[in-house]
Amino acid sequence: MDTVNTAQPEGPLSSPQAASLELRSVSKHYPGAPRPALAELSLRVDAGEVCVLVGPSGSGKTTALRLINRMIPLSGGDILLGGVSVLDREPHELRRQIGYVIQQIGLFPHLSVADNIATVPRLLGWSRRRIAERVAELLELIGLDRQGIESRYPAQLSGGQQQRVGLARALAADPPLMLMDEPFGAIDPINRTRLQDEFKRLQDQVGKTVVFVTHDIDEAIKMGDRIAILREGGRLAQYDTPAEILMNPADEFVAAFVGADRALKRLGLETLAEVELLAADGSAVAGTVSRDSTVRDALSQLLAQGGRPLRVVDERGREVGRVNLELFAEVLR
Amino acid sequence: MSPLLAASGPVIPNFGGAPSTYACERANRLFCADWVTRNWSSVLWPALRQHIVLTVIAVAIGFAISTLLALIAYRRGWLERPVLIVTSILYTIPSLALFELLAPSFGLTRTTAEIALVSYTLLILFRNTLTGLREVPAEVKDAAAGMGMGPMQSLLRVELPLAAPAIIAGLRIATVTVISLATVAALIDNEGLGVPILTAISGEVFKTELITAGAMAVALALIADGLLVLIQRWLTPWTRAGR
Repeated sequence: MDTVNTAQPEGPLSSPQAASLELRSVSKHYPGAPRPALAELSLRVDAGEVCVLVGPSGSGKTTALRLINRMIPLSGGDILLGGVSVLDREPHELRRQIGYVIQQIGLFPHLSVADNIATVPRLLGWSRRRIAERVAELLELIGLDRQGIESRYPAQLSGGQQQRVGLARALAADPPLMLMDEPFGAIDPINRTRLQDEFKRLQDQVGKTVVFVTHDIDEAIKMGDRIAILREGGRLAQYDTPAEILMNPADEFVAAFVGADRALKRLGLETLAEVELLAADGSAVAGTVSRDSTVRDALSQLLAQGGRPLRVVDERGREVGRVNLELFAEVLR
Repeated sequence: MSPLLAASGPVIPNFGGAPSTYACERANRLFCADWVTRNWSSVLWPALRQHIVLTVIAVAIGFAISTLLALIAYRRGWLERPVLIVTSILYTIPSLALFELLAPSFGLTRTTAEIALVSYTLLILFRNTLTGLREVPAEVKDAAAGMGMGPMQSLLRVELPLAAPAIIAGLRIATVTVISLATVAALIDNEGLGVPILTAISGEVFKTELITAGAMAVALALIADGLLVLIQRWLTPWTRAGR
C-alpha cells in the first residue's frame, strides 16, 4: 500500500492510485507565538481514506494541512507520504504530486478553464494531446463538459462551478494525495450539499487519500472515513471513525464539539437498508419511506406522523419491512 | 521645388518671385496647406520620424530599468522607498532645467535628451508595475505555489500576466508624457517635432508650422495610446470576460 506514484500514465480513472500518509509527532511553532500552533500531532491515514481534520479556529487544522505539502516548514516531527519523508523531496516536486484545493479556490483569472485544469500536467511536461484528453476527461468527471465551458475564464463561472474546476485542477495529474482546506466553505448551503455529494461520488471513483479540513462537524461526519478532532493549541482530542466519535466521545471537549444531538447525528450515518426492519404484517401504517433514506430522516418522518409506524419500500416501491419508534431506540443501543 | 524651400530656414520665408504661390505664407494665415505639402518630406516627416525614435528609445529603456527595479522591490520591499524618492525627484525636475543640467556632461546630443526622457518614465512605470504585482490576489499566489510552481514560474506564468493591465496602463501614461516632453528635447539635440515648433516661434510666430507640428505631436500621442490599448486588449482578453 505504501507506494508513491508519479502521475498516472495514459488511460482513464479506472486504476486509482493512492498513498498512505503518516504524521509523526508533528509540531509547528511560529516565532513569537506563546503556544505552538500544532503540538506533537501523530496520525495515520491509510491509502484511499478520507481523513477530516476538524476543530475550532486556532486548533491548527489548516497549519497541519499546509505542513504536509511543505507550504510552511515543519518545526519538529516528520511526515511520511507513501512511506517516504516529505522532507526528502524538493517542495515544488512534492506539491506537483499532491492535489491542493483551498476555500478561496485561487483559480488563475487570466487562464481559461482548460488551462487552469492543465496547470500541473504542463509543469510535469505532458504532451499536448495527453493534456487535452485529460482535461476533457476531468470536465466530464466534474459535470462541466458542456460545449464551450473549457474556453471560459473563471470570472464567467458561478462559485460552485469555480470550485468544481478547482477540484479538477487538483486532480489533473492524478495525485496519490489530495489536500482540501475548507473547499466548500465559501459556497451557499444548497450548492455546498450538492458539491459534498458530488465529491463523495467522485471519491468512490478515484479512491484518493484525502486530508480534508473543515470547522463544520456535520461536514466532517458526512465526508470522513476518519475524523481527527483538534482542540486549541493544536492538540489531538480524538481520532476515530465518525460512528465511534459520536458513540464514544473521548472527553467533554469532544462531546461538546460534536453537539448534544450526537445520537441523532449517528442515525444520519446509516440508511434503512443497513437496519434490521420489522416484518411487514399488513397492519395500518402512517406513511411510506424509501429504504435509501438515512435512519435519521426516517425517524424525522415518523415523528412528523405522530410516531406511528412507517412502511419501508425499495427502489421499485415494493414493501420490504416496517419501522416504528421502538426499532429506532433499538438501533441506537 | 527649389532646394531653398526644403530648408526649414527663415520663419516666414521671403521668396521674392512668384508672389501668388506664397501669398498665404506672407500673410501668415492660420493654416497654409500648400506649405505643409511642400515641406512634408523635407521638414515634417523627418521630424516625426525622429520624434518616434526618441520616444521608443526612451520608453523602452525606461521600461527595462523600471521593470527590473520593480521586480527587485517586489521581492525585497525595502527597495521601494529609495526608488520612489529618487524617481519622484527626477519626475519633478522641470524638463528644461534637467536638459541644461545634463548638457555639460553629455553635450548637446541625443544621449542627453534620452537620459532626461527616460528619467521621466521611471516613477510612473516603477509604481504601476509594483502595484500591479502586489495586487495579485494572495490565494492565486498560494494556489500557484501549492500546484508546484517555483518562484520564477509563478512570476512568469501567473504574477506578471496578472499585473499586465497595470503595467500597460503605466506604459500608456509614460509614452504620452515622453511624446509631449520630447518636443522640448529639440533644444538639446535639434531633432524631433520640437524642431519645427522652435523654428516657428523664433521671431514672429509662423502659425502654419506651429499648428502643424503641434498637431502632429498630439496625433502621435493619441495614436501611440490607441496602439497600447489594442495591445492590452490582445494580451489580456480575460479582463473583458464578463459573466
